[in-house]
Amino acid sequence: MEAATARLGRGRKKRGKTYGSEERRLAALLLTPAMAVIALVAAYPIGYAVWLSLTEYSVRVPGKWRFAGFENYADAFGSSEFWSAVKNTFIFTGVSVTLELAIGLGMAIAMHEAFRGRGLLRTVVLVPWAVLTVVSAITWRTLFEPNLGLAPQLLEGVGIGENIVWLGQEGYAMAVMILADVWKTAPFMALLLLAGLQVIPDDVYDAAKVDGATTWQRFRRITIPLLMPAILVALIFRTLDALRIFDLPYVLTGGSNGTTTLSLIAHQELTTNRLIGYGSALSVLTFVIVMAVSFIYIRTVGGNIKSLAEEG
Amino acid sequence: MEASGGVVTPGTGVREGEKEREEARVVARQGPRRNWVRPLFMWIAVVFICIFCLFPFYWLINVSLKTGSDLSSSDIFPPNPTLDNYSSIFKNDNFTSALKNSVIITTVTTILALIVGSFAAYALARLRFKRKFLILALILSISTFPAIAIAAPIFKLWTDIGLYDTRIGLIIPYLTFALPLAIYILTSFFKEIPKELEEAALVDGATYFQAFRKVVLPLAAPGLVTAGLLTAFFVWNEFLLAVTLTSSPDAFTVPVSVANFTGSQKFEVPLGTISAASVVITVPLVLAVIIFQKRIVAGMTAGAVKG
Repeated sequence: MEAATARLGRGRKKRGKTYGSEERRLAALLLTPAMAVIALVAAYPIGYAVWLSLTEYSVRVPGKWRFAGFENYADAFGSSEFWSAVKNTFIFTGVSVTLELAIGLGMAIAMHEAFRGRGLLRTVVLVPWAVLTVVSAITWRTLFEPNLGLAPQLLEGVGIGENIVWLGQEGYAMAVMILADVWKTAPFMALLLLAGLQVIPDDVYDAAKVDGATTWQRFRRITIPLLMPAILVALIFRTLDALRIFDLPYVLTGGSNGTTTLSLIAHQELTTNRLIGYGSALSVLTFVIVMAVSFIYIRTVGGNIKSLAEEG
Repeated sequence: MEASGGVVTPGTGVREGEKEREEARVVARQGPRRNWVRPLFMWIAVVFICIFCLFPFYWLINVSLKTGSDLSSSDIFPPNPTLDNYSSIFKNDNFTSALKNSVIITTVTTILALIVGSFAAYALARLRFKRKFLILALILSISTFPAIAIAAPIFKLWTDIGLYDTRIGLIIPYLTFALPLAIYILTSFFKEIPKELEEAALVDGATYFQAFRKVVLPLAAPGLVTAGLLTAFFVWNEFLLAVTLTSSPDAFTVPVSVANFTGSQKFEVPLGTISAASVVITVPLVLAVIIFQKRIVAGMTAGAVKG
């Protein structure tokens, strides 16, 4: 270590707290391509999107546009379509993330207990995660198709949704969408939580057992608090994904019957209706909502980033 | 970080599972009831998990083997199983060209993301410079960007410069979204390689680049596989940008082509062929999961559980 530092030290200009110039130049060189791509396709377009959201492009005359100020935003806030998309997006996010946490936690605990065949079980659990979102939407569509689908019959058997065309009815369509999302992502949640469970040392449980704690007490007082960091990260991860949901409603219902979401209406205004200014305003609003949650996320994993940024 | 089943408890040298079994035996002696209750619940849960995870995909395969009037009955086993749907999708030029596009776009994006990403990750894991935390936070926040926010500007930009409806027009934004993930995974893997090895190389007169290429890269191979797999999964799966930035079979990717099957005829949806196409595009991913389960789980949990 010292020898290496000495060797590096030879080419180093001593200027206060600065690091070896060779090292800094190399770091800049190595980071430039990545940062350039990110700036080109993320930072610049966001700025451009904000600008577009303040303009209005003519639908009839190509290329003709005017500065519209905040009109597009006012239109959005004044439209029931926007508010129902907000409502749907939040209902979808809240319900599906809650269910995913509950089911994911149950699955994680079962997998943690199942010491035989845990590897096989992990592979099984990864299958829904590997299925493309579009394919998952198609799968659940076929499962709820009136004649072909098995699910309506099974559910009718237990008295749910008699004579209902599931994807054709408000509320029911949202339920299918949530189910499809829970199927695809609860396993992801389970694997994150399983990894969290595996770092809890056994001695803690042993000590609690010696002190006479019941299974429930051990779960409530040891598992949950020690698992909290993993739960938080998994929750925010999933919340960010759910708020951006697009492919699922697009393929499942096309956004009809109370399943339209923020990303979906923004996309429809941009491509189907060719309203670039209004569509951009909706995109920017989606961006603001997601980034607010993302900010909380970065704060939560701040410790992780710091440990990566640390030297050594 | 590697969440493997064989965690050895320090001091005892007994594997986790065996220890648990031993405890179960102790508990069993205390009361005859608990002896079977816990394992029973566990096995019920395991069976439930398997059905929950696998049945829907089985169902899709089942539908893909049905044609004609079988498609209006909900049999769990196809009454007259046939591969007709599969032969018809491979005769469909739109689908085969989408397959080709997806393979090209996924391969190119993954290779570029690994090259550019490992450069950046090496700098972040090893070199000393200022504002490292800020750069990492920035990179990570990009991965949370909603794709819709950049769809309109990129659509306009690509139309102006002729990249709309091309493969490159998709590869560039995909690289942006794949890089944060790749960089994050690779940085955490690079950090686990003992620094002493590289320092020994540096002392022996190797340059940083040689130390990186000859010492770090071979040791980071598992990390590269993990990052590569997750990048490829992301690109293969991506839908919003693909559907916004393409308009013809020249650049359609598989999710778009499968979703278009659905959209073409509003009232008579060819569910059999759609299901067959869906199975075809999913099978490679399922195989990858079976082969690389450990690597994938390591990558998924790399960012989430550490620290």
